[in-house]
Amino acid sequence: MSQVLTPQPPRSTPVATQLKEARRASRQSGLFEPQLLKTALWQSLVMLRPDIQWKNPVMFVVEVGTVLTLVYTVARFLGYSAHVSASYLVALDFWLIMTLLFANFASSLAEARGKAQADALRKTRRDTPARRLPEYQELEVTYGQRALVEVAKGWRIDEIMSSQLREGDFVLVEAGEFIPSDGEIVEGVASIDESAITGESAPVIREAGGDRSGVTGGTRVLSDRVVIRVTAGAGKSFLDKMIALVEGAIRQRTPNEIALSIVLAAFTLIFLIVTAALWPMALHAENYMQGYLGTDAPIKGLGTDVPTLVALLVCLIPTTIGALLAAIGIAGMDRALRANIIAKSGKAVEVAGDIDTLLLDKTGTITMGNRRASQFIPLDQYTPVEVARLSALASVADQTPEGKSIVELYRLMSHGSAAVAGAGSTSSGDGLYVPESAKFIPFSATTRMSGVDLPDGHRIRKGAPDAVVRFVESQQGKVPEDLLEQVHKVSAKGATALVVAEGNRVAGLAVLEDVLKPGMKDRFQRLRQMGLRTVMITGDNALTARAIASEAGVDDFLAEATPEAKLSYIRKEQAEGKLVAMMGDGTNDAPALAQADVGVAMNSGTQAAKEAGNMVDLDSDPTKLIEVVEIGKQLLMTRGSLTTFSIANDVAKYFAIVPALFAGTLPWLKSFDVMKLHSPTSAILSAVIFNAIVIPLLIPIALKGVRYRPVGADALLRRNLLVWGLGGVVVPFIGIKVIDLVLTTLNLIA
Amino acid sequence: MWTLPIFLVGTMIALAIPLGFYVARTMDGRAHLPGWLSWIEQRIDTGPQNWKQYAVAMLIWNVVAFVVGFAILTLQPYLPLNPDHKGMLSPTTVFNTLCSFLSNTNLQHYSGEVHLSYFSQLFVICWKQFHTPAIGLAALGAITRGLRGDAHMGNFYVDLWRATTYVLLPIAVVLAILLMACGMPMTLDGNFAVTTLDPGAMGSDEAGTALPQTIARGPVAAIVAIKQLGTNGGGFFGPNSTHPFENPSDWSNVLENISIMLLPMAVVVMFGRMLGNLRHAAVIFGVMLVFYAAFLGWAVYFDSTQGNPGLVAHAEREFTIDDPAAAGGRRDVPLPAVAGLPVDQALGNHEGKELRFGTSAGPTWAASTTCTSNGSVNAMHDSLNPLAGLAPLAGMWLNCIFGGVGVGLINLLIYLIVAVFLAGLMVGRTPEYLCKKVEAREMKLAMLALLVHPLMILGPTGLFAALDWGAKSLNNPGPHGFSEILYEFSSASANNGSGFEGLADTYGFNDNAAPAPYAVHWDIACGLVMVVCRFVPIIAPLAFAGSLAMKKRTTLTAGTLRTDNVTFGCVLFGTVVLVGALLFLPAAVLGPVAEHLGPLPFGR
Repeated sequence: MSQVLTPQPPRSTPVATQLKEARRASRQSGLFEPQLLKTALWQSLVMLRPDIQWKNPVMFVVEVGTVLTLVYTVARFLGYSAHVSASYLVALDFWLIMTLLFANFASSLAEARGKAQADALRKTRRDTPARRLPEYQELEVTYGQRALVEVAKGWRIDEIMSSQLREGDFVLVEAGEFIPSDGEIVEGVASIDESAITGESAPVIREAGGDRSGVTGGTRVLSDRVVIRVTAGAGKSFLDKMIALVEGAIRQRTPNEIALSIVLAAFTLIFLIVTAALWPMALHAENYMQGYLGTDAPIKGLGTDVPTLVALLVCLIPTTIGALLAAIGIAGMDRALRANIIAKSGKAVEVAGDIDTLLLDKTGTITMGNRRASQFIPLDQYTPVEVARLSALASVADQTPEGKSIVELYRLMSHGSAAVAGAGSTSSGDGLYVPESAKFIPFSATTRMSGVDLPDGHRIRKGAPDAVVRFVESQQGKVPEDLLEQVHKVSAKGATALVVAEGNRVAGLAVLEDVLKPGMKDRFQRLRQMGLRTVMITGDNALTARAIASEAGVDDFLAEATPEAKLSYIRKEQAEGKLVAMMGDGTNDAPALAQADVGVAMNSGTQAAKEAGNMVDLDSDPTKLIEVVEIGKQLLMTRGSLTTFSIANDVAKYFAIVPALFAGTLPWLKSFDVMKLHSPTSAILSAVIFNAIVIPLLIPIALKGVRYRPVGADALLRRNLLVWGLGGVVVPFIGIKVIDLVLTTLNLIA
Repeated sequence: MWTLPIFLVGTMIALAIPLGFYVARTMDGRAHLPGWLSWIEQRIDTGPQNWKQYAVAMLIWNVVAFVVGFAILTLQPYLPLNPDHKGMLSPTTVFNTLCSFLSNTNLQHYSGEVHLSYFSQLFVICWKQFHTPAIGLAALGAITRGLRGDAHMGNFYVDLWRATTYVLLPIAVVLAILLMACGMPMTLDGNFAVTTLDPGAMGSDEAGTALPQTIARGPVAAIVAIKQLGTNGGGFFGPNSTHPFENPSDWSNVLENISIMLLPMAVVVMFGRMLGNLRHAAVIFGVMLVFYAAFLGWAVYFDSTQGNPGLVAHAEREFTIDDPAAAGGRRDVPLPAVAGLPVDQALGNHEGKELRFGTSAGPTWAASTTCTSNGSVNAMHDSLNPLAGLAPLAGMWLNCIFGGVGVGLINLLIYLIVAVFLAGLMVGRTPEYLCKKVEAREMKLAMLALLVHPLMILGPTGLFAALDWGAKSLNNPGPHGFSEILYEFSSASANNGSGFEGLADTYGFNDNAAPAPYAVHWDIACGLVMVVCRFVPIIAPLAFAGSLAMKKRTTLTAGTLRTDNVTFGCVLFGTVVLVGALLFLPAAVLGPVAEHLGPLPFGR
C-alpha cells in the first residue's frame, strides 16, 4: 500500500492534467470522438492495401471478391453480361467496398484510441536533465548510506540528459525535478507525484530499502532528495514499453486469437466451397429449365452471375467477427489500461479469464489497511474504562492508525468532549493528561511494546502478550491466570490482543480487530459463482486467519505466509491443473509472482516484483485482481459472442439470397422467400447492406466488450446463447426486411 | 403407421445400452477371456502406440487390405467358389468397389449376384465388412484413450482383434442364425434354375423350348448379418434388402433394421464408459437421438402420410419466367395438367416400397440407414417423396447421428469441438474439452476434418451437374436428377453407400459391350471421394486426441463450461443444425425442395 500524505494541495503537473483530460474525454465522450474518427477514417483507406488485408483471411477474401466484382462492373459498362443491370453492380461494388472500409475502420478506431493514450503518455517522456553520480558505486561501498551527505559537500556530478543514462547508473534527484528514468531508490525518502502515470493526484512516498523503492521515469519528486539506481536504459523504460504496447507496435496475436482466426479462416474456406459449387449447380438448373421450357436462348439467372455469388460469399463468411477481431483484442488491452493496469502482453489479459484461484493479501484487500481497537477487556480488578484510559495513555504518542484508534475508542467510551492531549500537551479534562516530562517509549521490533513512563513513576505499556508478560514478570509482577485464556479467545475471533500493563500489574487487553472492507463478502460470493476460488494470504497466525477467512467468506487461507509458502501454494494449485493469479509488491514476492499464471505487481513495488509479474497495477490497488479477471473473461466472451452472432446471421441471409438467385430459373422457390422481399436484386443488396452496416453497429460492443455478469458458466452461456445465438438468427431477418423496405420506399431499386 | 418406428427405436436403445458396456469392457481389455484367446492377443500386441504410430498401423493395414482385395477381385475368374463362372471385372469397377469396401461405404457400382463370385463375396466383401467397422471401433477407442489422457493410444492390432473377435463376430453369428431362421439362404451352391408355371414367362430359346428362371442364391445370411451390424450396407444382391432373399419376412426386416443402429448407439455408451463420464455420453446420445427421431419422423411423415406433391394441386397454377424471345421479355408457363389428378393418396406414397413390410418400413429404414453410415435399403430412395428424400440426404450431410461404427461419434466430436470452442469463449474462458484446453492446433485439426465433407460433396456434385458426366447419366431431368447426383456424392462422402439410384454408373464386367457412358468417371470420382472422406476424418481426430492427451488437465470449477448438461446438449444440437444447414442449404434447395415446390412430371 502506498502511503498517502494528507492534507496536500493538489499538485497536478500540466502533463497529468492533460492525461486526465484525455482519460476523462475517452471515458465520457465514448467511442466516436472527432479527432479519433478522423485518424481512423484515414487509416481505413490506407488499410485497403492488400498486404495489410492479407493478414486477415476473412477480409482478404472480401477484398478479392470486391476486385472481381469491379472487373465485372467494368465489363458490364463495356457491354458484356447484359443480363444484370449496371446500377445493381455499382451498388454491389459500393457496399462491398463499404464492408471493407467498415472493417478497417473498426480496427483503426481501436488502434487510434490506443494511440491517443500513448501520445498522452509520450508527452510525459521528455528528455530531462539528469545528474549522474559517477563515483557513487564506490562510495556506496566505502561510506554506506552517507552518500547524500557527501554529495552535499561538493562531489562530482555529471550533468547529462536522461537519454544518455544507462542501466546501473546512479542519479541524484531533488525536489521539483523529474525522475529521468525507471529506477530504484537506493538512498533517501521522497514524496513523488505519480499522477502522470496513474492519474492519481495525491503524492506517494517512496523510500530506499523495503518494498516501496520503485520509481518510474517521468514522475516528479515533490519533496526531499533521493539517489536512484537506474534500472532501464533509454528507450527501455517502463513508459517506453507501455507506449509501445498501447500503440500496438509489439502487439502479437494471442493464442486464443490465433485459434479463433483458424476457425474463421476455415469457415471462410467452407463457404468458398459452398458458393463456388453453387455456380455449376445453378448452371445445371438453367440448362434443364431451358430444355423444359424449350427456349432457344439460354436462361440466365443470378445463380450464375459471379458478382452475385461474390455477394453471397461475402454475406456468408464471418465478416462481422473477422472485421472486429483485431479491435476486440486491442480493446481488451485498452480496457486493462483504462483500469490502470499495464499488461506486458495481450496473452496475459487473455489468461486472466482462465484464472481459477486468486491469492489475495488480507491487508488492504480483504480488510481495511489497519486494524482498529474494538473493545477493552479488563483483568484483575480493573474496569473497562480504566483499561481504556491506560491503553490510550500508552498510545498518546503513537501515530500509527492502531494507536489512534485506541485513543478514539477511549474518547467514545469516556464521552470525552475535550481534545486528547498530545505529546507535550498540558491540556487535560479526559484523564489523558501527560506532563511534558513524561517519557514515551516508541514501538520497536525488538521490544514489541510501546508506552509511556510518567513522571510519577507509572510505567504504562501495551504490546504483544509475551513481551508485556515478560515486562511484568521482570518487575516481580503477577500475571492473571485467565490472561492466556482471554488472549486465545480474542485471537480465535480473528482479532489481535494487546496486553496493557501498569507497572507490574496487568490491567487488561486492548482488542484490535481487522475491519473487513465493505462489500467484500458479496464480492467473494460473486467470485465463487464465477468459479474462482479465493485464498487469503496473511502473516497472522492460523487461528486469526481462520476467523477472518470465515468472516470474509474466502475459500481458503494461507496463514503465517512466507514467500516460500506462497510459492509452494501456487505450485500445489497449479499441479492440480489450476491457474493462479496473485498480486504482490515486495522483492520477496518476485518468485511467487513469476510462478503465478497471472502475477500483478504493484507499481509502488520493487523493480524485482515488477519484472517478475506479467502485469503492473499503476494504482497499486490490491482488489485489482478481480478486475483483471473480469477484463480477461470479457475479452474472450466478446470474441465468442460475436463469432456466434456472425455465423448465426447466415441463416437469414440464405433465406434472402437463395430464392433471389433462382428467381429467374426456378421461380417456384418464391415460397422459400419468407421475408417477402421486393425483388431478387433488392434481396441481395439488402443482405449485403445488412452485412456491411452490422460491422460499425457492433464496434461499440467490440470496444466496450460484452457485459460480463458474475454468474456461473451455465447461466452465462444460456444468456449469451439467447442474446447472440438466437438474436443472431432473428435480427438479420428483421434488418434485411427493413433495409429492403427502405430501398423500395425510396425507389432506390427496381 | 407409427407403431413400427417407435417399436424399433425402443428396442434398439434397450439393446444398445448393455452392449455398450460390454464393448467398453472389451476395448479396455477388461473382459474375461478364455486363456487361448488372451494368448493370441498377446501375440498380436506390438506394444503401446502414440497417435502417429496408431495411424500408420491403420494405414498399413488398409494398404494390405486393398492389395489383397485387388488381387482377389481381378483374379475372380481363376479363383474357386465360382459356380456360376463370373467373369473379369472392369478395372474401374474393381477400383471403386475396393475404395468403397475399404472405407466402410459399400457403395455398389456393381450388382452382387450378377458380378461377383462367392469367393469374392466372402473374401473381399464379407471380410472387409468385418474389418472396416472394427477399424472404426478401434479408432474411436484410441481417440477415447487420448481424450481421457492415457499415456498412449492403445495398440491398433489389438484393438482390431478385440473389435472383430469379441464384438462383431459373436453378434454377427447370432444374427445370421436368426436371419436363416427367417428364411434367408446360406449356401455355396450356384444359381438355381426353376421351370416357370407359365412356360413362356422367361422367354424361349431359338428352338422354342421355354427357358427356366434363374434364381440367384449363395452365402447370403453370413454377409447380410455383418452388412447390417457393421454399418456396411453392401448387399449380397443388387436390390439390397428389398430382395426377398436378403429380407425374407417382417421379422427379418425388424432384425435387420435394429441391427443397423445397434452398434452405432452402443459406441456412444462405450465412449462414456471408457471416459468414465456417462453423463457426457448421455448428452451426446440424447442429441443424436433427437436428430434421429426428427429425421425418422420427417421421412415417415412426408412419405407415408403425404401424397406425391406432383400429383396434388400446386398452389401456383402457373409461373412467369424471363424469356428474351417472348413479348415483354417474360412469359407465363402453365403447370402441367397432371397436377390435381383425382388420385387417392390417403395412404401416402407407395412407389418403390416393399409393401409387404407396411408403408412406414421404407422411410423408417431410410432414416436409420443414412443417420448411421449403413447404406442398406429396403425401399427405393429414388422413389421417396422429394421432401422425404431430404431426410436421408440430411442424415448423410451431418453424418454424425450415431453414424458409422466408431466413426459416427468421431464425426460428432468434430462438431462438438466447434461447439465447445464457441461456447467456451462465451463463458469467458479459453475453451476446454474434458478438462483439456482446446487451442490453435486442435482447432486446425478439427476444422480440417470438418472441411473435407462439404468439399467432397459439393465439389464433385457441381462438377458432374454442370458437365455431361452427370447430366447424361441421369434417369430423370430437373431437380430430381440433380438430387440423384447430389445423393451419390453425399453417400460416397459420408461413407454411407446407399444409392438414390437412377444413375447410370455401372461398368460391370470388363467385356461389357455397352457400359454406362460415364461409368468410369463415376467409379473414379466416387472412389477417390470415399477414400479421402474415410481417412482424413479419422486421422485428424486421432491427432487431435493425441494432442489433447499431452496437455495438462485443468480442474472443473463453476466457471468451466460443462459438457454434461442440457444446456450443452442444446449448444451441440444448435451447432450441428447451424453448421449443417449453412453447408448444405443451397444444395437442398436446388434438389428436394425445388422438386417439392416445382411442377411434375418434369419431362422434356
